[in-house]
Amino acid sequence: MNQDFLVLCLESGSVAVLIQKHTNMSKNWPLWEIFVRSKNGLEHRHFGSLHAADADMALENARDVYTRRSEGVSIWVVESKNITASNPEHNGELFEPAQDKVYRHPTFYDLPDEVKHM
Amino acid sequence: MSDKEIKNLEEIFEARIARDEKIEPKDWMPEKYRKTHIRQMSQHAHSEIVGMLPEGNWITRAPSLRRKAALLAKVQDEAGHGLYLYSACETLGISRDEMYEQLHTGKAKYSSIFNYPTVTWADMGAIGWLVDGAAIINQVPLCNTSFGPYARAMVRVCKEESFHQRQGYEIMLKLCNGTPEQKEMAQDALNRWWWPSLMMLGPTDAESIHTEQSMKWKLKRKSNDELRQQFIDQTVPQADILGLTIPDPDLKFNEETGSYDFGEIDWDEFWQVVKGHGPSNKKRMKARVGAWEEGAWVRDAAMAYAEKQEKKKLKKVS
Ligand SMILES: [Fe+2]
Ligand SMILES: [Fe+2]
Repeated sequence: MNQDFLVLCLESGSVAVLIQKHTNMSKNWPLWEIFVRSKNGLEHRHFGSLHAADADMALENARDVYTRRSEGVSIWVVESKNITASNPEHNGELFEPAQDKVYRHPTFYDLPDEVKHM
Repeated sequence: MSDKEIKNLEEIFEARIARDEKIEPKDWMPEKYRKTHIRQMSQHAHSEIVGMLPEGNWITRAPSLRRKAALLAKVQDEAGHGLYLYSACETLGISRDEMYEQLHTGKAKYSSIFNYPTVTWADMGAIGWLVDGAAIINQVPLCNTSFGPYARAMVRVCKEESFHQRQGYEIMLKLCNGTPEQKEMAQDALNRWWWPSLMMLGPTDAESIHTEQSMKWKLKRKSNDELRQQFIDQTVPQADILGLTIPDPDLKFNEETGSYDFGEIDWDEFWQVVKGHGPSNKKRMKARVGAWEEGAWVRDAAMAYAEKQEKKKLKKVS
């Protein structure tokens, strides 16, 4: 910020307004995660992220950034800070319990070959 | 973490990459991997963004509506490429603002090729054909790179690049089949863009410092010299079809290797441009920084509007 300008503001007593203005100015557009359904019948898939001031702008920007060649029929935008992600360092306790449950798979069960359609 | 533990983690990490597993942003990674990726991806993003400037120069003067629509779409694609890459890079913990800061202060580099001026319409043809052509050669191997977000961004980029190169070649073709003056214009553009395009693929292997580590991390799959040879071998026959002459008296097909031998590249010129002394370095940075600064009030206004809307919504609820 220009020093003379600051002094001028102090003198005129408008420093509070100035500070308010300055904090607003340095506020960056938040990050949004973009999910696109490429066609009906398919799920929305994560396509990437982008910055936008609000959800409406995020939708418009997502249209321009991720669907310039008809890659989508529907877009979801979620502000990145609202996503909670699992930590890969905890993958052991999170996912390993499923590994020894082979009885959840059809091949676990022994049936004679004569049994058809099963 | 002790040095021994880190060494162990590094070994596991390298083994994962060797097995062709992808690394995702939240996975543990060596600090050097993170830094190298931030550097390469942000510089790649900067190149896409600055790369819009030389071509943006001709949008309003495109010779027909067809050409104008195509050029506009191409330049818009380059903006998209920059955005895919910036957001992929942000997953490594650097903010968009920091990256812009690095670009605007000259701390981060971008591709040397965009520091050459675009003086005639034929330059739009030459850029699409040669510069996007060289970019494709550089980018295709990156679709399989080890860092997931980078690889995914590259898949999308590569899908879009082929139109860029084809529209450029079509411009050249049209000029070469036009009046003698038009053909001369095409030849002149080739003369000016040929050598910078070869340089764009990077310094010779002997001078390239990062290659070995980059190969391991699949940031590079072929050396600069191999990529350059591939580019020359595929481009020379395309020049023949246009009836244009590559501006290299030493260019000659080598029956033994099945490749073209070519003349000495002026590496002094390359390093001059990289260090900021190319014909248009200052102009490019001025345009880029100007766009950022003059756009500040728009960004602020959008943010102020968003905050106001948010407050209104909260009021309604309460
Ligand atoms: Fe691009
Ligand atoms: Fe391109």
